Amino acid sequence: MAEPQSNRVAYVSGRTATQGRVSGLHARFMLFAPYRWFHGLLTRTGLSSRTLVILVPYLWLLLFFLAPFLIVLKISFAEVLIARPPYSSLFEMVDGTYLQLRLSLENYLLLLEDDLYWKAYLSSIRIAGISTVITLLVGYPIAYAMARAPRQWRLTLLMAVILPFWTSFLIRVYAWIGILKKEGLLNLFLMKIGLIEQPLTVLNTDIAVFIGIVYSYLPFMVLPLYANLEKMDQSLLEAASDLGCKPLKAFWKITLPLSIPGIIAGCFLVFIPAVGEFVIPDLLGGSDTLMIGKTLWAEFFNNRDWPLSSAVAVLLLLLLIVPIMIFQRVQQNQGGAG
Amino acid sequence: MNRGLTWFNRVSLVLGFGFLYLPILLLIIFSFNESKLVTVWGGFSTKWYGALLENQGLLDAAWVTFRVAFVSSTVATVLGLVAGLMLSRFGAFRGRVLFSGMIYAPLVMPEVITGLSLLLMFVAISFDRGFVTVTIAHITFSMCYVAVVVQSRLISFDRSIEEAAMDLGCPPGRTFLLITLPVIMPAIVSGWLLSFTLSLDDLVIASFTTGPGATTLPMKIYSQVRLGVTPEINAVSTILVGVVAMGVLVASVLAKRDEARRAQDERLAAAAP
Repeated sequence: MAEPQSNRVAYVSGRTATQGRVSGLHARFMLFAPYRWFHGLLTRTGLSSRTLVILVPYLWLLLFFLAPFLIVLKISFAEVLIARPPYSSLFEMVDGTYLQLRLSLENYLLLLEDDLYWKAYLSSIRIAGISTVITLLVGYPIAYAMARAPRQWRLTLLMAVILPFWTSFLIRVYAWIGILKKEGLLNLFLMKIGLIEQPLTVLNTDIAVFIGIVYSYLPFMVLPLYANLEKMDQSLLEAASDLGCKPLKAFWKITLPLSIPGIIAGCFLVFIPAVGEFVIPDLLGGSDTLMIGKTLWAEFFNNRDWPLSSAVAVLLLLLLIVPIMIFQRVQQNQGGAG
Repeated sequence: MNRGLTWFNRVSLVLGFGFLYLPILLLIIFSFNESKLVTVWGGFSTKWYGALLENQGLLDAAWVTFRVAFVSSTVATVLGLVAGLMLSRFGAFRGRVLFSGMIYAPLVMPEVITGLSLLLMFVAISFDRGFVTVTIAHITFSMCYVAVVVQSRLISFDRSIEEAAMDLGCPPGRTFLLITLPVIMPAIVSGWLLSFTLSLDDLVIASFTTGPGATTLPMKIYSQVRLGVTPEINAVSTILVGVVAMGVLVASVLAKRDEARRAQDERLAAAAP
């Protein structure tokens, strides 16, 4: 019985020592006016230090994530000016007596009238949609094979899927330029084995954009699919095979329907960021590859039209808000259930 | 699912991983190419790495990028840890729905929107753009990744050991430091690493939020890539890929050793009378 006793003593003394140190620090800091003011503020408002800790990330996100969106919304109703900053103010004092609110719908009207923007929106959705389907078709067999692999391999395979995701996105897209260009490695290889005689034009076409998106977002598709397939109850497939079901039919009737949550998660994770993608269409796509991310970039950096690019951003966000909300719902449900 | 691999499974694994790794391997191989033509092999050479050392602009950009990544990932890890704790431990607090929305949204938000909105805010409050603004932007999206990683670790964590510690009279703060923190340490480390590489990698958000004197490496690479493929860029890329791969491998080996040691401790504890 001696041992727990001495442990407790050591523990108790340890605690008092820590508390003593903390209160000593507090007393010393009270000598400084800012700390005193802050401490007074806390006690007056009844905030505990715990609440304060919570407030920091909350305020950070409010200030640097939510507030910027409201500003984008505001500037999308402004007019472009040649000034610093290059947009008009919404609020104006008239005769120094009342505040006038001036909203300009011009940017949104332009977006509706000029079919360039419509085409860019539709083309973004088309390119992202096609790429998502290809990514699913490429990713599903990989995830399926990983889930069937012997247990001792799985962690290594998982690591091997994640590793490219850690290496630079820009560099991975760049790597494809050297492969896909006219005198690139793909054409060199295909001509050497005699499959083609004239080099193919792949770079600067939509096909190159598809390849780029599939390549860059493949881990986002494979990971949720693998997580889903790995957990699947093996006995269902055994029961099916005992009852005389062929493996391919069992896959259609059992594995595929059960993996739908993984498919949905993977498709959202690929589709949503792909719609607003800038780097891939800019580096791999051609001048006729329209994507809204590229349009926004051009309006902002080349035309310096901040209000118009804000309006483009607002419409892009409206377009994505439904998939983002669904994705969040799925994500939260998984978080709560897990 | 463990019934052995069919030929179809093997083919899809080989093709899938070939697709994932071949482009990076080719890039690395051609960074050692003697010839200036990127697709014609002219013999082995490390001269492009030597040329990098003389490219002052590139070195400056690398230094800026490294500082931004280090500061932003460290701050993001602290903020993300608190946010992850809030999401998984604090139950219902006021504004929880908004908070979790603000954590998950940046993960899927198109970068052009995040970048534009942050820039417009910095302009609206007339904050000088440069190192600080890029760092703030990177902290904002990195902390969300850290929060998600920490939260998923906390959900799978057996709370009874925390309760046991508190039943034995350990105050909450000490319980957190002695029990919770060591258990979620792997998540914190991988959150930090993830933030670091995300920051190292970011082109779009940095391009919007940067100012004079704070050109990052991806911005430098991007402006050169637009002019065409050069062996010098292949060399920079190889170094970046190498650094990140080494970091991730070392971290995963350390995590594995830690896991093994803990398993051994648990066995010993169970075996003790």
